[in-house]
Amino acid sequence: MTKKIIGLLLFLIAVFVVAPWLIAATGRTDLYYVFTSVALLSIASAGVWLTFYIGRINIGQGAYALMGGYVSAILVMYYGWSFWWTLPVAGIFCAVASILIGVPILRLRGVYFAMVTLILTEVMRLLALAVPITNGAKGITSIPLPGPISLFGLALAPDFATLENPRIAFYYLSVVLMTVCFALMYRLVHSRIGHICLSLQQNEELASSIGVNIAALRVMAYAISSFLGGLAGAVFIGATQSIYPSSFTVTDSVNFMLNCFLGGLGYVFGPMLGTLVLYLGWNLLFSMEKYQLLIYSTAMIVLMLVLPNGLLSLGAKRKG
Amino acid sequence: MEQVIANGLYLGAQYALIALGLTLIFGLMNVLNFAHGQMYVLGGFITYTVYGQLGLPFPIAVLCSGLTLAIIGGFMERYLFRTVIRRSHREESTMLLAAATAFFFDAVMLLIFGEKQRGVPKIVKGVFNDYGIILPYDRIVVGAVAAAMILSFIAFMKYTKTGRAMRALAQDRVAAQLMGVEVDRYTMIGFAMGAMLAGVVGGLLVSITGVNSGIGGPISVKAFMMIMIGGAGVAGGAIAGGFILGMMESVGLTVLREYGDVTYLVIFAALMVFLSIRPNGLMGKPWG
Repeated sequence: MTKKIIGLLLFLIAVFVVAPWLIAATGRTDLYYVFTSVALLSIASAGVWLTFYIGRINIGQGAYALMGGYVSAILVMYYGWSFWWTLPVAGIFCAVASILIGVPILRLRGVYFAMVTLILTEVMRLLALAVPITNGAKGITSIPLPGPISLFGLALAPDFATLENPRIAFYYLSVVLMTVCFALMYRLVHSRIGHICLSLQQNEELASSIGVNIAALRVMAYAISSFLGGLAGAVFIGATQSIYPSSFTVTDSVNFMLNCFLGGLGYVFGPMLGTLVLYLGWNLLFSMEKYQLLIYSTAMIVLMLVLPNGLLSLGAKRKG
Repeated sequence: MEQVIANGLYLGAQYALIALGLTLIFGLMNVLNFAHGQMYVLGGFITYTVYGQLGLPFPIAVLCSGLTLAIIGGFMERYLFRTVIRRSHREESTMLLAAATAFFFDAVMLLIFGEKQRGVPKIVKGVFNDYGIILPYDRIVVGAVAAAMILSFIAFMKYTKTGRAMRALAQDRVAAQLMGVEVDRYTMIGFAMGAMLAGVVGGLLVSITGVNSGIGGPISVKAFMMIMIGGAGVAGGAIAGGFILGMMESVGLTVLREYGDVTYLVIFAALMVFLSIRPNGLMGKPWG
């Protein structure tokens, strides 16, 4: 127990004190954007991880990230909503949509589910191109920065537009969101429902035969997953201030899945580590120019050969 | 209308051949080969080099594509997929490996062949124009070759010892092993054959549509759709799926032309509805 608390403290210090301090010391303020992206993408990856947890391969998170992004962008631009209110709305919109989509497709398993979700990403991109309100391929641009928000007179966040560097604000926002999401995920996985979800992963028929309502449970897990995807997408759009049908594509969906694999499917914090390593790795290799993809993919193949159960399986092996 | 059907049949023959390779690999190893489209593109580039650049006859070029891909596929199975399947706790880990190899192929092809669209001289000149159908002769030749290859693939699977062994493996791996089928050997041959089919189609199609290093991903997605329509892991399903997708594309492009670029949106939506009614595709085994 104390070990967990120390780990949590170390994590909080690293994220809220060490990282900003290091960035300030080195003067690389562009890194704020990188870490913001990592935090947001890891939230979406956490959703994918949850669907892995019930034994489904989800390559459709990009669809919900895109949907959440558009919901937020349209509400802010055309209906004058505050950015903050669009966040939960975007998440809930995606969750409801995923329940409607999920009820039929969650009956599929294995590669069938994987491929349907992959196609879902493509459907969402084509929809965004075809529907008038999304403004087609031109996308929605120059979305205003989030305004101030306060709760019972207590200022939670300042007006981002008045800040000297809104990127720092977005960094803190996304890191707080990431911490909350992963804390809730950890709680969920270690709750009774989490253990039942694990039984779905192992054997759905058996779970069903002892009275687990598998249909309701997997729709619930998928809805939570899509909520996280929509939320991450909405914040991401707020940070980049623009959205296009190509903001989240099949590649992103595949990357969300890869993040989970790389971190380790058996570990709640796997997607966070996986996202950090993949995203930073890709960016560090940027200086290699045309060899970037070659080195990146080679490293991934080698990692897969050496650690097929994810990076976090290293620590687990040592333990026992 | 005749024109639409002719186009659909021609497209379907190509698609079916691509889907056959993918479904073979899936049926044997339960691996969803993300790199299938990239293998197709690589086959196209090899034919482009041998036929277009070196000037050797077209059949030899296609043969080179098939052979090279077969060798690459064999090595991939032996040294990558087999290792990961053995070491990993969960079967799905092979998907990460497959995606990584897809990226790897993309990177290598981009480095070697660049990002330009490549084409080769026509293999047969002239256009067939009768019965209300306009179809260039080279498309007819390629379509016929594809159809012949599909037939010989079915015959191979049905009547040879290797084919029988692979069908047994796809049905029940453990039982096949107990009956004395050399599982490792035939899995490797199967993977090599799947890769070879992708390479051959790539080689054939480079003479008509050309090839560029970016189309691998979209081709993979199309191939996934075909085997979902027909049912994953079943040869008949892949062929049916290929022809159905070819037809839908051909008909959709004609009928939906006035509504803009929505053909694929309609196809995707139809596919999702179809799969929620019939989760295993037309003739797939339950739960892939």
